[in-house]
Amino acid sequence: MKILRDFTKRMFNLFFRKNREISLGFYGPPNAGKTSLANRICKDWTGEDIGKVSKMTHETRSVQFKEEVEIKYKEKSLKFKLIDTPGIATKIDYEDFMKSKMKKKQAQKRAKEATQGIVEAIRWLDDMDAVVVVVDSSEDPYSQVNLTILGNLVARNIPVLVVANKIDLKKSNIKKVESAFPDYEVVGISAKQGKNMDEFYESVFKLAKRA
Amino acid sequence: MAKKNKSGLTLQFIPYSEISNLPSVERIKKLLKIILDNKVVVLQGRLKPEEESRLIEDTMIMIGNIKGFKGVELAVVEDTEEKTLIQKMRFGLAKAIAGQQNAITIIGPASVVKEMKRDPKKLEVMMR
Repeated sequence: MKILRDFTKRMFNLFFRKNREISLGFYGPPNAGKTSLANRICKDWTGEDIGKVSKMTHETRSVQFKEEVEIKYKEKSLKFKLIDTPGIATKIDYEDFMKSKMKKKQAQKRAKEATQGIVEAIRWLDDMDAVVVVVDSSEDPYSQVNLTILGNLVARNIPVLVVANKIDLKKSNIKKVESAFPDYEVVGISAKQGKNMDEFYESVFKLAKRA
Repeated sequence: MAKKNKSGLTLQFIPYSEISNLPSVERIKKLLKIILDNKVVVLQGRLKPEEESRLIEDTMIMIGNIKGFKGVELAVVEDTEEKTLIQKMRFGLAKAIAGQQNAITIIGPASVVKEMKRDPKKLEVMMR
């Protein structure tokens, strides 16, 4: 059944590729910079943001998207539907939000929304044509969340690009990210400062070809 | 003299044979049941990627419904040696027949396990 579905999808893409919109998802752990990157792309090509960014974890608690984002690279252009997902985590403690001076009720509400957001993000996996996995290059890349996301994308035959974000930070270590994910293309960027976005767009076009 | 409270940690080992014949839903249910008893699961082998994501989904749903439950800490340690093409094929065939057994999966309740760090052959488990 799955083979038949994949075959139909490939055939459909082959014949209707030129006009179709590619669903590009942004996945990763909380605070890796998924929304910052999606915002950077939206700003570059539509002049608008996709969502709010903050230093507090689980700022994005529901899937948010921007349709008809046309990206141009070397005289070619592709249309994308950008899908920014909540950061995936295996634990959520409302008391952590209270450390940021949030009241108990508000923290509990935020925690509940965050858990629902994670469930929603996982359920959206099946709707992606291609995925950008965003990791914080100044943090440990070997977290199980990263490996679980990548494992799920491979199992679903969804092409992946790994983005090592926050290369502007002193602690950033792209080599560590590359050695953690030797089977994937890794691009180092700073979504906040817009560093290395040309290389990122080139990789996105390569990724779209495989979608 | 006041009696000193003893606090301990229970590790429950689950051989792969114990879950190999279970459907995905039952596998996850079995693991979560042990975790809810505040025990750390040491599983021979690893779950399928879709089972790992299902475990995260179920965990998130439980956080809102079970008092005091904050989620899980999860880590998989597996063979990371580079393999030749023949080794890869042999490994793929064995995995298809018998499941992935050359790994160890550790899952603990977040109320007991503070953090797990993998690097990638070494695993550090920090307790609360």
